[in-house]
Amino acid sequence: MIDKKWIGHELPVSELPIERGRLRLFAKAIGETDPVYSDLPAARAAGYPDLPAPPTFLFAAELDSGAAFGLLEDLDIPFARLLHGEQRFDYHRAACVGDTVTVRSIVTDVYARKNGALDFVVKTSRATNQRQELVAELRTTLVCRR
Amino acid sequence: MNTPRFDSVRVGDELPALQMPPVDRAMLALFAGASGDHNPIHVDTDAARRAGLPDVFAHGMLGMAWVGRVVTGWAPQSRLRRFDARFQGITHLGNAIRCGGRVVEKLEHQGEHCVRIELRGTNQFGQTKIVGEALVALP
Repeated sequence: MIDKKWIGHELPVSELPIERGRLRLFAKAIGETDPVYSDLPAARAAGYPDLPAPPTFLFAAELDSGAAFGLLEDLDIPFARLLHGEQRFDYHRAACVGDTVTVRSIVTDVYARKNGALDFVVKTSRATNQRQELVAELRTTLVCRR
Repeated sequence: MNTPRFDSVRVGDELPALQMPPVDRAMLALFAGASGDHNPIHVDTDAARRAGLPDVFAHGMLGMAWVGRVVTGWAPQSRLRRFDARFQGITHLGNAIRCGGRVVEKLEHQGEHCVRIELRGTNQFGQTKIVGEALVALP
């Protein structure tokens, strides 16, 4: 059982600069064919100042920074037992190339299910841009198999 | 892209489905780099076996990205208000995921006309690997 003392734990702040090359690589990796995500004129024609980050891209912030892996170490969850249970995004405004997104997360719940065979950890995050505008809120449910 | 009009969308409407190719190791290596998820269990067979799994398997967030493409292929991403996914099973090598969506509700949300879309990613054996929901604001 993961100690409930972790509820309220704040992760180190993560900064994710949105870069054109990275977004093109991400588009390729998910098989994205919509030119809005890789071609600058297409993105501008769609009303964006530059390539937009696709819906799930901001999840990279805490992977790049190491904060996501640090949390697993803190909670003593080995990779081998980790499952991603649920993921939610609430969107407020676009993040585009040139923006720097800052993600601040807090552990909001820790609970066990199935007589302790599964531990759940819920993390909620706020992603803001360099103008301190809210870009998105994220909610991640991690599952640890015992 | 032509944004669907709220008045012309009906509950039960299906979004155009997206058939992904079978998961292979190159796909997982590319996604590991692009997403920042370097967990070796997705790219290193030895690491996967040490964890008691037969082989590497797809990142949950890769499946979610595929399912998201169903939505952004139907309405511009600027219309997307909420997107969530539940990961229901491991997507193994060779699994070819078909992603689809269906309008299940028309509603008002924070002063906007919205549709709620149920999303699903299922492999060629009929096993559902991901279910989700999107809330999309329409003009």
